[in-house]
Amino acid sequence: MKNIDILKKASINGLLGVLLTFPITVVKVNTIDKIITWRWYMMGLVFGVITIISFLWIKQNERQKNGTTFDFKKSKIGMVYSKKMENPLFSKGLLLTIIILVLIYPFIASPYATSIMTSAIIYMILGLGLNIIVGLGGLLNLGYAAFFGIGAYTFAILNQNFGVSFWFALPLGGIVSGLFGVLIGLPVLRLKGDYLAIVTLGFGEMIRITTENFDALTNGPSGIANIPKPSLFGHMFGYLGSIRYIYLIAVALVLLIVFLVWRMENSRIGRSWVAMREDDIACESMGIDLTKSKMTLFIVSAFIAGIAGVLFAAKTTFINPQSFTVWESIIILCIVVLGGKGSVRGVILGSFVLILLPEYLRAFSQYRMLIFGFLLIVMMVFRPGGIIQNVRKIYTIKGDEISEQ
Amino acid sequence: MNNKVLEIKNLLMQFGGLKAVNNVSLDANQSEITALIGPNGAGKTTFFNCLTGVYAPTSGDINVIPPGKKPLKVNGYKANKITNIGVARTFQNIRLFQNMTVLENVMIGRHSVTKAGLWNAIIRDKKSREEEEQIIHDSYEILKKIGLAEFANEFAMNLPYGAQRLLEIARALATDPFLLLLDEPAAGMNPQETIGLISTIEKLKYEHNLSILLIEHDMHLVMNLSDKCYVMDYGKLIAKGTPNEITNNPDVIKAYLGDDF
Repeated sequence: MKNIDILKKASINGLLGVLLTFPITVVKVNTIDKIITWRWYMMGLVFGVITIISFLWIKQNERQKNGTTFDFKKSKIGMVYSKKMENPLFSKGLLLTIIILVLIYPFIASPYATSIMTSAIIYMILGLGLNIIVGLGGLLNLGYAAFFGIGAYTFAILNQNFGVSFWFALPLGGIVSGLFGVLIGLPVLRLKGDYLAIVTLGFGEMIRITTENFDALTNGPSGIANIPKPSLFGHMFGYLGSIRYIYLIAVALVLLIVFLVWRMENSRIGRSWVAMREDDIACESMGIDLTKSKMTLFIVSAFIAGIAGVLFAAKTTFINPQSFTVWESIIILCIVVLGGKGSVRGVILGSFVLILLPEYLRAFSQYRMLIFGFLLIVMMVFRPGGIIQNVRKIYTIKGDEISEQ
Repeated sequence: MNNKVLEIKNLLMQFGGLKAVNNVSLDANQSEITALIGPNGAGKTTFFNCLTGVYAPTSGDINVIPPGKKPLKVNGYKANKITNIGVARTFQNIRLFQNMTVLENVMIGRHSVTKAGLWNAIIRDKKSREEEEQIIHDSYEILKKIGLAEFANEFAMNLPYGAQRLLEIARALATDPFLLLLDEPAAGMNPQETIGLISTIEKLKYEHNLSILLIEHDMHLVMNLSDKCYVMDYGKLIAKGTPNEITNNPDVIKAYLGDDF
């Protein structure tokens, strides 16, 4: 079908839409003053929006029928990009520019901008952690924020009672959270899919409600305040300094975790996780111990969430149970799904989109949920694998031999 | 030559009141191809599932005898443990890792004979790097042997049907088994592909000294390949013997074609 035909079809849909929504969009009855307001401009708006959406929809259906879906590498921008990337000078230069930009960002941006960027990075860490269990292992976890909370509370409680500093708490938060990972992992070893999702959802709520009610330890709903910011060899920074410092710590941690994920992904263990996602019965028949695999997955992802939690507590200096609700779990899951399940680059992009955009578009904050929902639906229709889809490793074959690149 | 690798005595698998496998005894010898045939619903796949740890049998003995080692009673072992002993299987309804490449599918099979853990993956020391290279090398060799080398970097789900069946075998081979269990390897293959499969299986038997137990509907394949044949119907064993004996057995003819013949 030609574009013009699709446009015709789409505009008919637009007209139908206007007709159907006429009573609620155009006619506005003011019952107090008994006046009817005719909002004629709404007709144009409804027509425009529906036409555009249905145009894209039909176009996509056409594409799927022809088996041609959008491929970045084959698009015009993609061609130019990959051609440029072949030049080592260009690709190295690009990488260097990005590194420098990331490092000097807190010194050129406002404290506010730095602070939200740190939040985005914390969510990036969480996304990477959840990506291991959801994207690679295929186990749907809806209570991930609980591990995040456990990390944060570990730091807060240890600090309040024993004066443990940020740097000691960082691994400890991860370890305690990992232990809880074992705790939740044990009962759910036999579960998968929906059942696992429900159990993890329950676990998340359990942790939140416990923190809300265990006054003696967690100080209940009012939370724990005055958590110290991290120090550098005993030196404490001022207001601006500590914002920058936390940002740099977050960057270092996210780099470390990207490195870890990258190493794990293409290893013997990582492959067994992906195999488990693909088909657990066949996976077991290949000699992989599913119990061990699932346990490792739970522990690793919980550990990463715990670290993010400690970082979060140090950044905000105040935590309460409201920071670790189901809603946080859903946001982290959205980051993974939107960015691309199993794809590290996807998760990084996803956390920018879902955390930074709402901050900068505060003017539209009342429509935030609407836009989120709409974005997810559009994603599922057009690119079910996420913005940046996961690719499998390709091995080079030379004659009779095969090797890693 | 007649060393047993598998000895099953009076195997019973009961689901509620249904005896899916009823008192079946079966032996498989080293470097021989043993076939298990029977009409649909006779309990062959259930029998396989008991053997490979998907189900724990209600009663009976399953003894696996690795060549040159002591017999092991594997009732109720988990599937991964049985694979580690050296019994590999394929599936009737293809169960490949669809979103992984063909090479990776075989690499998963090498899991049971390699060791690198999480920590090795992270620090990537010399030993685990070498192990990884060995996995890639071995897996590619297996693909070459089965004739799938050209597809190495393709997604498993994009393979033609016959190649997917072969990949199942390649993946099972990667676990270094001494006993290979094939669940309807020729199902859905066209005649040419079946002929190719027959020669592949024969090659495995002679070159690798593999013992093979196969479930099959394709009589042509069974007659050509098997040294020994067992026939099941309604969960019970109704006949055993060489392929020729089986084709002339009145019980078998009755089970397959009905009373009238």
